[in-house]
Amino acid sequence: MELNQNEKLDIKEILKDLENYRPKRRGWIWREQQKDLKMGPFTYQNCSAPLANSVPLPSAKYFGDIDPQPEYSITTEIASGRFEDDIRRMRMAAWHGADHIMVIRTAGQSHFDGLIEGTPQGIGGIPITRKQVRAQRKALDYIEEEVGRPINYHSYVSGVAGPDVAVMFAEEGVNGAHQDPQYNVLYRNINMVRSFVDAAESKKIMAWADIAQIDGAHNANATARQAWKVMPELMVQHALNSIFSAKVGMKKSNICLSTVPPTAPPAPCLNIDLPYAVALRELFSEYRMRAQMNTKYMESSTREATVTHVLNLMISRLTSADIQSTITPDEGRNVPWHIYNMEACDTAKQALVGMDNLLGLVELKKDGYLKEKVRELKERAVLFMEEMLETGGYFNSVQEGFFVDSGCYPERNGDGISRKIEGGVGVGKIFERDEDYLAPVTAHFGYNNVAQYDEYAVENPSQLIGGSTLEVPEKIVYIDELDETDNVNVRMEETKELRESSMIKPEVEWLGDGIVQMDLFLPTSKRVAEAAALEIGKKMGLAEVEVIHREIMHPAEGTRIQLKGKLEFSIDVDQLVIPPEPEIMTDDEIREEIENKPMKIVAATVGEDEHSVGLREIIDIKHGGIERFGIECHYLGTSVPVEKLVDAAIELNADAILASTIISHDGIHYKNMKRIHELCIEKGIRDKIMIACGGTQVIPEKAVEQGIDAGFGRGSKGVHMATFLVKKRREMNNEN
Amino acid sequence: MKREDDFEKRKQHLNELSDEELKNKFWALAGQLVDPMMDLAYKNTTPSIERSVLLRMGFSSIEAKVIVEGVMDKGLMPKGAGHVVYKLSKEKNMDIREAGRALVNGEYWDEVATLFEGGVK
Repeated sequence: MELNQNEKLDIKEILKDLENYRPKRRGWIWREQQKDLKMGPFTYQNCSAPLANSVPLPSAKYFGDIDPQPEYSITTEIASGRFEDDIRRMRMAAWHGADHIMVIRTAGQSHFDGLIEGTPQGIGGIPITRKQVRAQRKALDYIEEEVGRPINYHSYVSGVAGPDVAVMFAEEGVNGAHQDPQYNVLYRNINMVRSFVDAAESKKIMAWADIAQIDGAHNANATARQAWKVMPELMVQHALNSIFSAKVGMKKSNICLSTVPPTAPPAPCLNIDLPYAVALRELFSEYRMRAQMNTKYMESSTREATVTHVLNLMISRLTSADIQSTITPDEGRNVPWHIYNMEACDTAKQALVGMDNLLGLVELKKDGYLKEKVRELKERAVLFMEEMLETGGYFNSVQEGFFVDSGCYPERNGDGISRKIEGGVGVGKIFERDEDYLAPVTAHFGYNNVAQYDEYAVENPSQLIGGSTLEVPEKIVYIDELDETDNVNVRMEETKELRESSMIKPEVEWLGDGIVQMDLFLPTSKRVAEAAALEIGKKMGLAEVEVIHREIMHPAEGTRIQLKGKLEFSIDVDQLVIPPEPEIMTDDEIREEIENKPMKIVAATVGEDEHSVGLREIIDIKHGGIERFGIECHYLGTSVPVEKLVDAAIELNADAILASTIISHDGIHYKNMKRIHELCIEKGIRDKIMIACGGTQVIPEKAVEQGIDAGFGRGSKGVHMATFLVKKRREMNNEN
Repeated sequence: MKREDDFEKRKQHLNELSDEELKNKFWALAGQLVDPMMDLAYKNTTPSIERSVLLRMGFSSIEAKVIVEGVMDKGLMPKGAGHVVYKLSKEKNMDIREAGRALVNGEYWDEVATLFEGGVK
């Protein structure tokens, strides 16, 4: 199956024959920095190879449509609860520059003792099952071909079924995973001994599969009351998981620290976050950085979140990152929507590319506050570990509430998370291995008496059984569905009309969810505005109206409201009248025509309008305007009265009048168009002259309704105008 | 525990260390802290580890769960659930899946317990 960029990805095709699908490859693939990368008129220092297919930033059209890709892997988190709809979002995200797709698990999966199977719908994530993983990896195998860059697929190896999940991930070609026993202990209350014993096995399996690991330390940021005070502890958490992973056998270049700048404005965040970022990178120079963005202080303003995230991206550029994670700016108000995943990817790309070569321009100070603060943080972390050892080691320290205390160590506020060594989920399920313990499989950690059966198989225990699933994937047992009512087939049947007919509905996360968002300004106080907005939404015919954001413009003068609601109807796209795309003739064709039959035009911005940039772009030879085809242009200037424009056309015996108007207050642009048309009739030249009007607010169809011959909106170029003039003149000649 | 920030007092012994020495100390302490966990992980097993072994031996998640529960009931976890299946397959001259499926169907459980009497082969 090959994807066609003009066709939607066929989810049914993805689900077909899934039981026999094998992933193309395994292991994480990093982007490669290309020094002195030339793109368009520019040279980049911190970019990687461009994509075969992508959606560039909106402004790229001014720079030859270049779409430079930063050298960091870019993460986006996608998990709406329906994996089949997430696949479509993954494809869009890949086009927007994501090459690390992270799938959040459904609520409660970490306490599920074993693998979940089938495709049940999730809450705040998806149940990670073999079928869902295989389907998404298969889709990404096609999507990465389409964009021309490997895509890393990622989820979580944690909870009481860590090793089960790790094996499934290794078998299914998953490329990255969160794995950190401390996360289980502190936030999921899974027995701490069990967590570490399981973690060693999980990590060993991940190492075999070359899966990049991300730790869970960043959660302390999100949990501690004053996130910036847990910096010393965060370094300790990073260190414990990193060194434990390395000791189990994971290569250091696959061990990533999940690090978050701990503060956000109005805190002076760079002043606090930068020393921390520097300290981490100095101590963990052999490991990799997964730079996460701050979520702790996120509110419902997507603008505020975006600015914080750009500051986080600056920390990455001032230090380093291997994986740049992105947080969708709507995370403070809902489970992320499609469009905000794209915004988040674009924010990262835009900021990172904009800060290309930052460290070639500035350097961090090597003395004073920054250096002192870096040293202080390291010392506090060292003291933290010294006291842990004095307390009897990790387990005792957790029991004593060392972690997630809101005091900046050695300060203690006594509000840390405390877990019992003999407590938590899964306690009492730890068994000491006997001397004859055996596990005849690959990537098994710890004591394993293979020699009792075959001393030649010690290095390769799965030889005892003719290879494990890791060597012989045909041995994997695939389970399709276990629940007849909660699965992808049922869900696809429910949305069949939207998938297979010409009916369409707006959506934010699931096909056919019908949700729309509206922005309002109401000239009243916050509480009144909220109530009024709900009423407005209802009157507009929306169901389930909800205010998702409110922002005071002034306590009395007004409030900004964003609301969401559900549209109950769909639209049949086959019934739409869609105007054809503007035709473009070739340069040679136009030139030849003008050479054979010269053409003359008069042009001006009309009314009280001083904006001349657009018109000059249509006319001037240096902007690729119509002069270059040999059309004789008489530019009369700005704010020209329409009468004068028409008179000039008569005087010069012009073939066409070109009028430009930016100002659109009260429909003045359309009124002026109508006036030109009427004047030409009055003066008896309308059947001999062409009238074309343009401007950023001009809708071509509406312009023509005013009686003129053509309207040109945003994005129009000289060649569009020239094509029109040539074709229209031919048409008029034929008529006459 | 509540405590004022006594950083300045507590860090006296670190003052003389160079940045490089401080970094080495940081990693030495981290290594020391995880060594007991390494040891625990080396010596012990858990239901999820044993299920993961059975998955790798070619059993489904459902089959793996049933077998591990049976192995726990019989007190055979210290032998390894994969070992139980392996030993049964050898004993009965069945292939691995056949032996495991038999256990899933509730067969041979009394027999497997006796297979391990007498310790290491």
